[in-house]
Amino acid sequence: MAGVAAEGTRKSRVAPYLLSIPALAWLAVFFVVPLWSLLRTSLSTTSGSVYLPEQTFSWEWSNYATAFSTYGTQFTRSFVYAGLATLAALLLGYPLAYVIAFKAGRFKNVLLGLVILPFFVTFLVRTIAWKTILGDDGWVVSLLQTVGILGPDDHILSTAFAVVLGLTYNFLPFMLLPIYVSLEKIDMRLVEAASDLYSPGGRAFRKVILPLSLPGVFAGTLLTFIPAAGDFINAQYLGSANTTMIGTVIQKQFLIIKDYPVAAALSFVLMAIILIGVLVYARVLGTEEIA
Amino acid sequence: MRDTDVTEPAGTVARQTSPADGKDVVIDIDHVTKRFADYVAVSDADFQIHQGEFFSLLGPSGCGKTTTLRMIAGFEQPSEGAIRLEGVDVSKVPPYRRNVNTVFQHYALFPHMTVWDNVAFGPRSQKVPKHEIAGRVDELLEVVRLSDFANRKPVQLSGGQQQRVALARALVNYPSALLLDEPLGALDLKLRQAMQLELKRIQREVGITFVYVTHDQEEALTMSDRIAVMNAGHVEQIAPPVEIYGRPETVFVAGFIGQANLCRVKVLCCNRGTADYELCGQTLHVAFDSDEFRDGSDGTLMVRPERVRVHTSPPADDTGVQLTITSLVFQGPILRVAMRTADDDEIVAHVGTETEIPDVRPGDTVWVTWESDAATLLPPGPAPAPGDEAEEIPGETATSDPARGHDVEET
Repeated sequence: MAGVAAEGTRKSRVAPYLLSIPALAWLAVFFVVPLWSLLRTSLSTTSGSVYLPEQTFSWEWSNYATAFSTYGTQFTRSFVYAGLATLAALLLGYPLAYVIAFKAGRFKNVLLGLVILPFFVTFLVRTIAWKTILGDDGWVVSLLQTVGILGPDDHILSTAFAVVLGLTYNFLPFMLLPIYVSLEKIDMRLVEAASDLYSPGGRAFRKVILPLSLPGVFAGTLLTFIPAAGDFINAQYLGSANTTMIGTVIQKQFLIIKDYPVAAALSFVLMAIILIGVLVYARVLGTEEIA
Repeated sequence: MRDTDVTEPAGTVARQTSPADGKDVVIDIDHVTKRFADYVAVSDADFQIHQGEFFSLLGPSGCGKTTTLRMIAGFEQPSEGAIRLEGVDVSKVPPYRRNVNTVFQHYALFPHMTVWDNVAFGPRSQKVPKHEIAGRVDELLEVVRLSDFANRKPVQLSGGQQQRVALARALVNYPSALLLDEPLGALDLKLRQAMQLELKRIQREVGITFVYVTHDQEEALTMSDRIAVMNAGHVEQIAPPVEIYGRPETVFVAGFIGQANLCRVKVLCCNRGTADYELCGQTLHVAFDSDEFRDGSDGTLMVRPERVRVHTSPPADDTGVQLTITSLVFQGPILRVAMRTADDDEIVAHVGTETEIPDVRPGDTVWVTWESDAATLLPPGPAPAPGDEAEEIPGETATSDPARGHDVEET
């Protein structure tokens, strides 16, 4: 009897590891191995022709120096654009999530459906659609020119504004949905309790709802900022040579110039900066405290 | 001034001893009706609650007791009538401008704040000076005996401790009345009984008016100065516990509070405070003070089981009602004797087991009597449905009165 029981507990101790094997294998094959080869590439030198380049591993740290010195502007620009887009998405997404969570009543599901609806059209097509909307002969520009906000020679497309707008648009649902989820979870009796304790709506929001929704804000800003910082579609279709982001640079290095080592070094630098940024951000916002 | 209320309970005791004499009305519910669309939640409630009183709103779920409390707190507005707090009409005043505080059913503690910050929430909202907030919060944490837990988060506390934080968070504002919405509902039986005494102690200590919503009649009887029994939106009776138990005014109150034998009877003749009625061919007397009866009208007779005496032979004065025993259940302190009339009405007697237990068994014929002051003649009305008392409270089956739990099961 005792033997059976012991075997039972041993089995249940092994089971979690067995269950995680497929996922670990997946990660090993499709994440760890590529990352390793990318790291090797970033420290290699290129030889051979443009069509058939060959990499030789040689501790080539100068690739990183090149990446920094040549593309510093694009790095900065990427983080500024992604930061602006994240801020804009937060300012648009939070109130909308609030309305959907607390005020929408029976329209809640319809509104959530509308938020998700754009996902049924591919990212690329939606971004190209913005190109048409914001184009010099589009209705937006002509309307703004008629009103006098834009001068006759001004345009929106190919500006930093268009790129940030595109990023904001594309990543808004990633901001909104986590915020919505964290707002939805808030027990409305807490708001009643705040009201009972002499706090009118505004103060109840600042002291109760906002702090309790911070985990959603945290998740939303990360889900928006990280992909936005590495994005290359928006800068490519809505921007110009003056608005190139680091994602575009990496894409060009890999697929057009085919300088794999520099492209890999750029990727690693981008990853490192984002990782450090996220850690600092998590430290500042202190998400553990909130849950 | 309020400070002294807390630190010097002696001053409030005098006020508390005469809570119902008409002075010092804190809450005035003036002909209040509340409708939600077509549904009438509270119908013409009209009563006053006095300074220092422990006032309970008691009734089954859906009787309107919580709606009444929410109207006092300001979360709902009366459809008709007015609510006055210390003489001021607050019917349209939002909750955050009313000087009453609520202990919510599931506490509604702020999960992201420590115990200390939870308690300090109200005074901070009211912009009380910092040093005064600290003093008040520390004092209240002491009153509820949680000083050592000030830096914990609510999730790190037990149910009973959370309950006491909720209490401190409300009392720290020195409200003119504390509103409690089934505050012990989520606690298990043992803890609930301990908290009942604790609540009563705190109320005596701070001398603040408590308005207590509960569906648990025993809880209401244990703690209240006065109880308002509500049913289907109506206030059925407002009286101190002894009177509610001994002199119920309606069949509902009689059936809801404790156990009661309720028999339909025919009133034969009535004059000057006494009436003759017929029960199973026996003519008996009862005192009554209602003008609802005239000769020949129907009534309901209420007798508490512990007042019913069981005899194995007809009593000499020929006042015994002849019955057949249907079951005998030994319950420790009492023997529960269930009997049936010729009309198939059930009458239950509780015989104290310290006295001599009559030597009877099911099927035997017995005679029961009761003192005439043990019986109450009530106008006919609906009795509470069995299980009315049982609400969404986990562990409710473990009712503190085993006799009652048993009874509900059987009927």
